[in-house]
Amino acid sequence: MVRSIKDRVAIIGMGCTRFGELWDESPSSLVVDAAYEAYDDAGIGPDDVQACWLSSVEASTSGMAGLGLSAPLRLQYKPVTRVENMCASGSDALRNACYAVAAGVCDIALALGVEKQKDSGEAGLRVTGGPPKAAVEPNSTNPGAFAMMATRYFSRYGIAPHEGKAMLAKIAVKSHYNGSLNPKAHFRRIITLEQVMNAPIVAWPLGLFDCCGISDGAAAAIVVPAEDAKNFRADPVYVKALQICVGPADGIVTTDYDYTHVEETYRAGLAAYAEAGITNPRKEISMAEVHDCFSITEAVLMEDLQFSQRGRVREDIEAEVFTLKGELPIQPDGGLKCFGHPVGASGLRMMYEMYKQLQGKAGERQIADPKLGLTHNMGGQPSGCTVSCIIVGN
Amino acid sequence: MAGIVSFGAYVPIHRMNRTEFHRAWAGFPIPGESAVAAYDEDTITMGVEAAIDCIRDFDRQSIDAVFLATTTCPYKEKLGASIIATALDLRAGIRTMDITGTLRAGTTALATALDAINAGSARNVLVVASDCRLGAPSGMLEQMLGSGAAALLIGTDGVIAEIEGHSSLSDEFSGVWRSDDDLFVRSWEDRMTLEKGYSAMLSEAISALMQKYNLQADSFDKLVIDAPTNVTKQAAVAKKLDLDPAKIQDALFLTVGNTGAALASMMLVAALEEASPDQTMLYASYGNGADSFVLRTTAALANLEPRRGIKRHIESKLMLSNYETYLRWNGIIPLDAGRRPDPPPASLTALYRYRNEILALYGARCLNCGTPQYVNPSALLTTGVTPIRICAACHAKDQFEPYRFADKQATVFTFTQDNLAAGMDPPAITAVIDFDGGGRALFDVTDRDPSKLDVDMRVEMTFRKMFTNNGIHNYYWKARPIRCEDGNNG
Repeated sequence: MVRSIKDRVAIIGMGCTRFGELWDESPSSLVVDAAYEAYDDAGIGPDDVQACWLSSVEASTSGMAGLGLSAPLRLQYKPVTRVENMCASGSDALRNACYAVAAGVCDIALALGVEKQKDSGEAGLRVTGGPPKAAVEPNSTNPGAFAMMATRYFSRYGIAPHEGKAMLAKIAVKSHYNGSLNPKAHFRRIITLEQVMNAPIVAWPLGLFDCCGISDGAAAAIVVPAEDAKNFRADPVYVKALQICVGPADGIVTTDYDYTHVEETYRAGLAAYAEAGITNPRKEISMAEVHDCFSITEAVLMEDLQFSQRGRVREDIEAEVFTLKGELPIQPDGGLKCFGHPVGASGLRMMYEMYKQLQGKAGERQIADPKLGLTHNMGGQPSGCTVSCIIVGN
Repeated sequence: MAGIVSFGAYVPIHRMNRTEFHRAWAGFPIPGESAVAAYDEDTITMGVEAAIDCIRDFDRQSIDAVFLATTTCPYKEKLGASIIATALDLRAGIRTMDITGTLRAGTTALATALDAINAGSARNVLVVASDCRLGAPSGMLEQMLGSGAAALLIGTDGVIAEIEGHSSLSDEFSGVWRSDDDLFVRSWEDRMTLEKGYSAMLSEAISALMQKYNLQADSFDKLVIDAPTNVTKQAAVAKKLDLDPAKIQDALFLTVGNTGAALASMMLVAALEEASPDQTMLYASYGNGADSFVLRTTAALANLEPRRGIKRHIESKLMLSNYETYLRWNGIIPLDAGRRPDPPPASLTALYRYRNEILALYGARCLNCGTPQYVNPSALLTTGVTPIRICAACHAKDQFEPYRFADKQATVFTFTQDNLAAGMDPPAITAVIDFDGGGRALFDVTDRDPSKLDVDMRVEMTFRKMFTNNGIHNYYWKARPIRCEDGNNG
């Protein structure tokens, strides 16, 4: 009998650095900042941690394995595992830490994600990587791969290009407003619909503000058994669902895939709702931090996560359902749009916001009385990806 | 009697009005248009195109040799003909050879093919002539040269033009040349180049042919006489031999430019496109000596399906908007490298292991459910999925037959115009295409007008150069809007 993770583990401490183009920071320095904020928040010391999971994808700690965490922290002979699962890496590190605690093999686990994206010299996220290869891949970028979803979405639902761009622009405007209220965000300025619509095109139909930034940052979480949580603090955050869904990447091989949804997100959502006992996500989820690498991604996954009906996210965007004061606030911290995307850190950065919101500590961004928060990451491309979906609550 | 069994040709879609050269450099204005090989085209890719045009309705298994005639092979040390043979999906047990170093390489290859057939060592030989020479910026040659290719299938079965006789002569003199490190063609002064070289040698070779086969000045219905960059000199050769200048085949000067080692073959293809059965043709080519042939078309000519050939390819064109693009595409000026790290060098091991997937565009068809599937051996989401072992549709294991996508047309499912991707022809257009008969993949879209791209656009596959790194030319396939609507598309 498969047992749900629901209410078996809790997060009792979190840390998150400022995100941005941190030219003066090293990966190891970010690791120390995130870990010690989490220790302090949990009221523990470095020696209390029994096992660690480090999430890092790009060059930051790649090749250093677990030493990427143990060396900067001078951890004293603890088990450390490096997790790489594309953009879902941070969430997967948390998942592994939670599973270890739930299995009863450790009582205090650390999940930490770090990425020093800006040291690569690449303006965007690298598409290349992996083993030595034949090098005949089409000349495509990540914005290009997601722009194809927008092209098809507009075509399928009969949305004229300028209407489609306006729909997507509202997503960026909303996130930038939230980010303007967040001292840890990379971009902290309010933008207008006109600015988004008139920005240079990166990959048609996506313009500059349809794309999230690329930044450096780190975030960390301390996980303990649910029954111990209250010994650490009065307001722990309980894990309700932990799902990872990795697709067969056949969307670019067979002709079935429609390029207007992401199957992995839909299935990760289904599994997470089942695990958490949620039957009406739109009503029961109070808020979400989702993987808005591009505006079209956020639009489509509102439908995949069943927050909006298929093909009708536009109505909800126009009704301002997803704004901070709306029925279901999305990206209350500003999202990838304002934080940028240090790949290994993003999942834990999202969780940091859900954690603070559930504790009522989100300052100007505070959502009234949230019950359940959802984080979602998507790594890869629409035709094949790895998706995480985590639900937490108080 | 051995002869031409089939023919095909290729002219790049991009043309530049020669006024653009004049705008940049002033000097002598020259009329007409030049055919410009795109940044992703070279001798090999154009040769593959011409060969596909030539053999698309022939049995590939029956081809015993491929000879590539060119002066612009992309490698000094590595065969070009073997790349073409692999792209065409020919048998491994064939003879491949590059014939190079002279502008008459095309006719030398033809003569060599005839020898092989007459000696009984080959049944059908594919002769591919392809060239993309450059003249130095601001010079006359820059304006006069063009790029293109032609292919002739030589054999004894189903001959559409018998090759009744042949004569060659060798000569040390060369009015144009390139040393092994020259990018641009060099030239001696015109009068000696044209008179002592071109006119003298060609007339001598043609005259020897006429004597050898007892031909008269009025024996010929068509005169396919190679042309130097100064095309008026064709007529001088005819005049010298009392041949009728009205029968001279057009040298493509106003539409394509001088295509070097490919020119004579392209002119022959153009002549065959217009020919009727039972016509006698003179075919002669010049370059460090000369080759001459007498051909007679047969009744079978009428049965050959129309080719894209010269005429249709010339009609299908996109005008280059400026000379700067020409400079960029030809690598003539150093360009901003793009503010990003260099991509890692290609793995020769991977290129070798996946040569059929890459060069011949082979995927697999599931024997259990029938679904054709292709995976790019190096793209982000499909790396590690070559060879295909598990069916993406029914999940059966190891039940596949090879399935070739190169000759399938497709429909654009979705696409983007990517300004972030570093490219020689921005915006970089990539599309997810669904192949007729099944299968889907992501490809670059080339030879396109960005304003015309749309969902549901019809495309076909074209063999192109992706990029060069570490001295390795990475060839692969791209999608392009169907070039010529012609009932002979696959």
